[in-house]
Amino acid sequence: MTLNRRQFIGYLGAGAALSALPRLHLSAANPQVVVIGGGFGGATCAKYLRRYDNGVGITVIEPNTDYITCPGSNWVLGGLRTMDRITQRYAGFKTYDVKHIAARVERIDSALQSVDLDNGDTVKYDRLVVAPGIDFKWDSIEGYDAQAAEQIPHAYKAGPQTELLRKQLMDMPDGGTVILSVPGDPFRCPPGPYERASMIAYYLKSHKPKSKILILDAKEKFSKQGLFQAAWKELYPGMIDWVPGTQGGKVERIDVAKRTVFTQEGLTSHRGDVINLICPHHAGTLAQSAGLTDASGWCPIDQKSFESTLHPKVHVIGDACVAGAMPKSGHSANNQAKMCAAAIIALLREEEVPIPSHVNTCYSLLAPDYGISVAAVYHLKDGKIAAVEGSGGVSPADADAQFRKREALYAEGWYASITADSFN
Amino acid sequence: MHSRSSPFRLTVLLLICTSAGAQETGEILRGQILASTCFSCHGTDGKSAGSIPAIYGIPADSLRRTLQEFRDGRRPATVMDRHAKAYSDEEIASIAAYLSRIK
Repeated sequence: MTLNRRQFIGYLGAGAALSALPRLHLSAANPQVVVIGGGFGGATCAKYLRRYDNGVGITVIEPNTDYITCPGSNWVLGGLRTMDRITQRYAGFKTYDVKHIAARVERIDSALQSVDLDNGDTVKYDRLVVAPGIDFKWDSIEGYDAQAAEQIPHAYKAGPQTELLRKQLMDMPDGGTVILSVPGDPFRCPPGPYERASMIAYYLKSHKPKSKILILDAKEKFSKQGLFQAAWKELYPGMIDWVPGTQGGKVERIDVAKRTVFTQEGLTSHRGDVINLICPHHAGTLAQSAGLTDASGWCPIDQKSFESTLHPKVHVIGDACVAGAMPKSGHSANNQAKMCAAAIIALLREEEVPIPSHVNTCYSLLAPDYGISVAAVYHLKDGKIAAVEGSGGVSPADADAQFRKREALYAEGWYASITADSFN
Repeated sequence: MHSRSSPFRLTVLLLICTSAGAQETGEILRGQILASTCFSCHGTDGKSAGSIPAIYGIPADSLRRTLQEFRDGRRPATVMDRHAKAYSDEEIASIAAYLSRIK
């Protein structure tokens, strides 16, 4: 079935009404969907909107002309990849007839259904998708801010921060201490810090074997913990120490000049030759200024359509939204983008929103030939995204070396496919 | 899902299919929704970009049997057993039917 007669006439009517408005940026003939942000969420959503409908106008607003992925950035720290190999170039925008405006959004006006850009233009939308990712809560760790991050990298947005941390690791003398500070939940990519510790250990083991890694964690437990800790013992014995929050793991303050972090109300301090401080985060600042966040700092949504519960006709996907049981990850954003695209096309056609189904698969590389994974399938249960009972879980604890090697191979395959699915 | 053709449908298609390279505009099917979640690892349309097996254009019966074997622990797997356990026979059949039609 395609559009029915009523819906089709509806489109013509909407087009006629829109064309009467001043400063209309795009063709009025078809409904317009504007996507803000070109990460895994935004780029995938634009592509799948087109795959689901030939007629809709699709515009992505993203200031950058390429995208450096967080997935794979730990592999750069381990020396397994170059930055170029984690840089994506939006080839899909041309293939799928998506207009890319390289500008920043200054303001979203959900009453007028328009977006003001820093180049002076205004773009109208019938449906808006906001995929701003995360920004850091600079005030949450005393002494740490955007300026301090130039010396003490968070490296939790890939790019120059990744390169800075890599350089500091390479400049560090053998026998040095690397401190990795991990925030409490929720944060993007729950296994990310521990894959990072593994990749840093991989680099240190072959280049600076007397060095140590100290993970100071605000939490009591972490993703794939059993698998990580068993692998650390096997691959990097004595190199990685993990301190949970109740035992002094929660970093509260940093003295940047002295490269020292403080926990337990200043009672305990640790000096690092390299410190990677993964600062707590909230939804991207654009979501905040647009009034799409609640007191939690994240964006509440209808978990079927991803439409904001605070502003109609605005959908929020990816790390910024609260999507039930789904973790914040590139894979989650990619899946949410597809469900959101299907929902938007259905809403524009005045059809019923399809029942969503989601998957998250997260591979972590602990060494070039040692991979582990966690997987989950999600469905909508009582209006919330929930894991399907009896499915999912982590790689088996007793798997042999061949199994770990295959998962390492699949980690790379995952990267190749999901980046192609999102950006090409 | 069987398609219903009518002169009106054709007109609408001609009017709204303005861009090249995209698929036919039509109802978004259940199999399509479910299968789209496979594409994150197996590549868009199941055409893998790397080391994970491609899954498009395989006869529906064979795909269905493979997924059921993963689900029921009768086929060795790294991660597909954990995924397949989430789906009913009906869902597996609609995924298999959709993927088998991709050329």
